[in-house]
Amino acid sequence: MRNVVDTTPEGNMVLNVGPQHPSTHGVLHLFITVNGETILNLDPNIGYIHRSIEKMCESLSYRQFIYSTSRMDYLSAHMNNHGCALTVEKGLQIEVPERAEVIRVIISELTRLASHQLWWGSLAMDLGALSPFFYAFREREMITDIMEETCGARLTMNYIVPGGVMADIHPDFQRKVKEFMVQFKSKIGEYHELVTDNVIFQNRTKGIGKLSKEDAISYGCTGPTARGSGLSCDIRKIYPYSAYKNIQFNEIIETEGDSFARYMVRMREMEESVHIIEQLIDNIPEGEFQAKTKAVLKLPKGEFYTRLETARGELGVYIVSEGGTTPYRIKFRSPGFSNLSALNHMVKGHKIGDLVSVMGTLDLVIPDIDR
Amino acid sequence: MENEHLLNSLQTGFPEAAIAIGSDWPEMSIESTQLLEVIEKLKGSDKWDFDYLFCETCVDWKTHFTMVYHLSSTQYRHSMVLKAKVDREIPQIESVVKFYKTAEMLEREVYDLFGIQFLNHPDLRRLLLTEDWVGYPLRKDYHDPINMIKL
Amino acid sequence: MDIKVSEPSTPFPGTIHETPGGGILLSSLDDVINWARSNSLWPLVFGTSCCAIEMMSVASAKYDFSRFGFEVFRASPRQADVIIISGTIVNKMAPVLKRLFDQMPEPKYVIAMGACATSGGPFFYNTYSVVKGADHVIPVDVYLAGCPPRPEALLHALITLQEKIKSGLTREQIRSKMSEEYGK
Repeated sequence: MRNVVDTTPEGNMVLNVGPQHPSTHGVLHLFITVNGETILNLDPNIGYIHRSIEKMCESLSYRQFIYSTSRMDYLSAHMNNHGCALTVEKGLQIEVPERAEVIRVIISELTRLASHQLWWGSLAMDLGALSPFFYAFREREMITDIMEETCGARLTMNYIVPGGVMADIHPDFQRKVKEFMVQFKSKIGEYHELVTDNVIFQNRTKGIGKLSKEDAISYGCTGPTARGSGLSCDIRKIYPYSAYKNIQFNEIIETEGDSFARYMVRMREMEESVHIIEQLIDNIPEGEFQAKTKAVLKLPKGEFYTRLETARGELGVYIVSEGGTTPYRIKFRSPGFSNLSALNHMVKGHKIGDLVSVMGTLDLVIPDIDR
Repeated sequence: MENEHLLNSLQTGFPEAAIAIGSDWPEMSIESTQLLEVIEKLKGSDKWDFDYLFCETCVDWKTHFTMVYHLSSTQYRHSMVLKAKVDREIPQIESVVKFYKTAEMLEREVYDLFGIQFLNHPDLRRLLLTEDWVGYPLRKDYHDPINMIKL
Repeated sequence: MDIKVSEPSTPFPGTIHETPGGGILLSSLDDVINWARSNSLWPLVFGTSCCAIEMMSVASAKYDFSRFGFEVFRASPRQADVIIISGTIVNKMAPVLKRLFDQMPEPKYVIAMGACATSGGPFFYNTYSVVKGADHVIPVDVYLAGCPPRPEALLHALITLQEKIKSGLTREQIRSKMSEEYGK
């Protein structure tokens, strides 16, 4: 491992950022080649949290491997579980009841809100403003309280399982979600006043880290990172799944391609999530919360792929099955992996302080990249 | 384009390749030597325009490897799967970095975990494991009695 | 003269002798130093995976831990007292953890938070790259179970560490006592 301050033959310096660093959002190690303070090249070194999940899942049954996916992108844990459940259901041709579909979408959108709030708080903290971090956690704690009552845990909850959801919602669920929405709608204006309209924040993010639409397609970028550059790639709209087929919402696209555009995409996505939950929360259909399935699931021989939209972008779950009770090969196509590959291109020519702003708006969660 | 329509269109375009509908999308199986020309045709043509590589991985079938590429078009919104068979004794295949820049890190990951050499890759080295790791863990014959505790 | 000995009303270690014109506090220097150290432990920013989110929740306003003295997270190991290992340690990260621990100045303490840092956790079987427990790398003072542990559980672990320090039972205190005895 290169671990000393190096110099290249041209007289530039090679510095280490991380792996233990407050702004790398996990253990990301970057070798940056700098000339003065201008970045010339960036080389990510990942693998510091590679927990060999894909190999481990080859020895777990189809009901057991869901817990390990909760821990991959832990901020959108429900959406990871949803992806695995959809793939297994596709293989077994299981019909999921209406009630379970609606509950799944409400819980996924609440998770998206929680993830975006934590992103907002830590982005502001990286750029020097400490107070938004506490405001973000104030709302996030309300969501984790709702999750804890219904799903049983605060962060890694294996609630969405093949066939439906694990248990019915708590009787207080609808009331608490409505209270949360009222509180959130009154606070989102505060978020904009505090950070978005702040002149220091705008100077640090406008014009920084431009990513053009062709580069976003070539680098395979997804999620708000690509939507900030004008690429329309929201899987909920283009290839709808689950209860998203029956509801109305807008896909947020900005065309500038800089950090501020990616920031605004996420802020407006939070408002769209509130809109989605409002359409569904009063109309949860009655019925079963889980379809009847066998105790031991055996997928038929073949390959199954599911695409869905997590808070960071497009997640893909690819299962190759040979007919047994455990998968032959599982691959998780993670959104952060391809977003990270575009980072080198985005920061060339900028200063080290701009690197923090670009990494913050990419919203990387490193265990999602390393699996 | 719908799946049936895309399937017919691909069959006319590539008469000698094996194309069928898999569980979601048309799947095309080719030899590893034909990879670059097939991708050039798929990406460059106007009626298909597969410009978005959204997943690249490898499956170990014990007698051979299969590289699997999932391609999609941002304009027409259709997708397909491309499979290339790679020999197990000498695992080598051309790199697709010049068509899709995302393949750079994806192919490094496949090299790291399976040991497949990608020819003409700009920077092929280990990504997730330490540089002095011996062996390729995701192969089916990988044996590690020290680290792996069997269930 | 009637000298009354009473327990202090604050948890400050020592006994107060009530004398006219004020009181006299008697204590041993070790106790006072341990009391001061335990009430101002500054943790290092070290979170590898999911438990780091619960650690951030403990730092935020609902389960605030700065009321116990853990006021600020320090980014540099040279300025930190306690390292809370939150998250899985893998083979590639183990030398980094060792180097961070070596860079911290004495007295230093370690809390292993979560199932992964205690023993490898859910990634124990069939993984080739996970270190099965952070105590294979550095010595640990307090183990905390949970996946992830609730914020209140982390507060309980921190208070246990505080009590351990006050009673002189952490590893480095025992080690320094033993080296004094052997030195004689």
